[in-house]
Amino acid sequence: MTGAADYQDPDTIQRLLHNACTIAIVGLSPNHLRASNFVGFYAARHGYRVIPVNPREEEVLGEKSYPSLSAVPEPIDIVDVFRAPGAVPAIAEEAVAIGAGALWLQFGVISLDGAKIARRGGLDVVMDRCFKIEHARYIGRMHVLGFNTDVVSARREAF
Amino acid sequence: MNDNYKPDREFGFHTRAIHAGARPEPGTGARAIPIYQTSSYVFEDPESAAAYFNLQEYGNTYSRIMNPTVAALEERLSNLEGGIGAVAFASGLAAQAAALFTMLAPGDHVVASAALYGGTVTQLKHLSRKLSVALSFVDPDSPDNWRKAIRDDTKALFGETIGNPGGNVLDIEAVAAVARDADIPLIVDNTFATPYLCRPMAWGADIVVHSVTKFIGGHGTSIGGAVVDSGAFDWSNGKFPIVADPSPAYHGLAFHETFGGYGYLMKLRAETLRDLGAAMSPMNAFLFMQGLETLPLRMERHAANAFKVAKWLDGRDDVVRVRHPALAASQYRGLVAKYLPKGAGAVFCFDLAGGRQAGQDFIRGVRLFSHLANVGDAKSLIIHPASTTHRQLGDDELAAAGIGPGTIRLSVGIEDVNDLIWDLEQGLQRIKELKS
Repeated sequence: MTGAADYQDPDTIQRLLHNACTIAIVGLSPNHLRASNFVGFYAARHGYRVIPVNPREEEVLGEKSYPSLSAVPEPIDIVDVFRAPGAVPAIAEEAVAIGAGALWLQFGVISLDGAKIARRGGLDVVMDRCFKIEHARYIGRMHVLGFNTDVVSARREAF
Repeated sequence: MNDNYKPDREFGFHTRAIHAGARPEPGTGARAIPIYQTSSYVFEDPESAAAYFNLQEYGNTYSRIMNPTVAALEERLSNLEGGIGAVAFASGLAAQAAALFTMLAPGDHVVASAALYGGTVTQLKHLSRKLSVALSFVDPDSPDNWRKAIRDDTKALFGETIGNPGGNVLDIEAVAAVARDADIPLIVDNTFATPYLCRPMAWGADIVVHSVTKFIGGHGTSIGGAVVDSGAFDWSNGKFPIVADPSPAYHGLAFHETFGGYGYLMKLRAETLRDLGAAMSPMNAFLFMQGLETLPLRMERHAANAFKVAKWLDGRDDVVRVRHPALAASQYRGLVAKYLPKGAGAVFCFDLAGGRQAGQDFIRGVRLFSHLANVGDAKSLIIHPASTTHRQLGDDELAAAGIGPGTIRLSVGIEDVNDLIWDLEQGLQRIKELKS
């Protein structure tokens, strides 16, 4: 086991999805075919403020891109990471230093060291989960494409 | 916060068979799943339309590719199988052809069980000729047979949970290990078991295909199929450029890289279903959803009735052999205990001592069993392959297919089992009367 399952708590995921306003996406690519771009586009479409963190870009998805988390001049609720696992511990330390609310590591971004740093620093941590898919599972419309949301409920949603 | 969806409980199979995939429709509160009888969907604005077509947002565009009623069925079935999602098709054969079409390229090789349903064998041979894909059929009973048939260009293993007419039970865990060693997916047709009796993905299968026409629909009303994906297979392992490489049909989108474990299903829907077009109708999806609600209850009765009928036939001198895998003498009994503890399905064959003529007389003699070419109906069904589905074959060719001149196939329904046994007994009596 990678231990990633310790950082996939459904309650935590839903609390973050509902309460977060600002998401900094570390490694957000301007290439609209990359997964990070799909996630950034989707998050912005669903009302989150998306802040690109990518030293190689001036602007992504119409938003100013910052070279690092520390350079972002506003509070960040979720730091969403599309980087190689080896880069995560340093990103986690930075996330703690700037007082971010949560560290969210995308599919395949598995770093137990990074997760420990963030959790010790008081951040919520989600690992090996996609922000877009989790949003679509609980709030969005993943079910319209026949995906299993694992949601079982007889309650009527607000229209 | 909205806590409606907290998965704070692992709901049971019966509960999920009724609720999964079907939250009440928010606009009207309709409790039954509405039949969305529409070809197309109005977009909110041009940006939304673009996002749907770019696969950047989950939304409806056209019912050849997705439909809310069909999606509810897909989610419920994938939930019951333990998969991450499913794509429904117009038939079981359309589903398995699409599953293979999505992962294969010309020059690839597939290893399949020699005991597959005849329609599947015919389809595989046809696909093989048309798409230049090589095929090897193996005796499915030994995992080693599968291992030995694998070549460098092999891209998939294809088997059935329960075969017919032999009642072969696949050693799913062992064959899945063979597939894993070769970095290729194991595809299992779970039509005869349904997810109530066996969930192949829990034993390592990567993809499950269904003819939902059978026990899932359960009432012989509609034709349909589905592909369910575990999401666990690594399509980026270098063997599947056709799945992993940038797709010319989507401006260079790399499905597996972008969508991770969901990439294969996205490609199956957004490319294969879109382009081949064998979509399930919403009306049929509604009927299959109704079927799934009672699947656990029906499968319990189907399996119990079938086992009682098999044991009754097994003791008679006008019956030479009964090929039900749960019988004491069956070579598959150990596999039944492992993979099918709740019952070995409801379709099995037996052989009449009197051969071809006895088979036809027996068919004439029964009253409750419907003489037709289907299985998995609530009604009991019967067919004599030598005079119907396989009538062009001589006795030698029949033997090669595992069918004798006196072989009868039953799909045991959920009637009173005593009535079924009465019916079979008077059918057997009829053979004697016609003989004298």
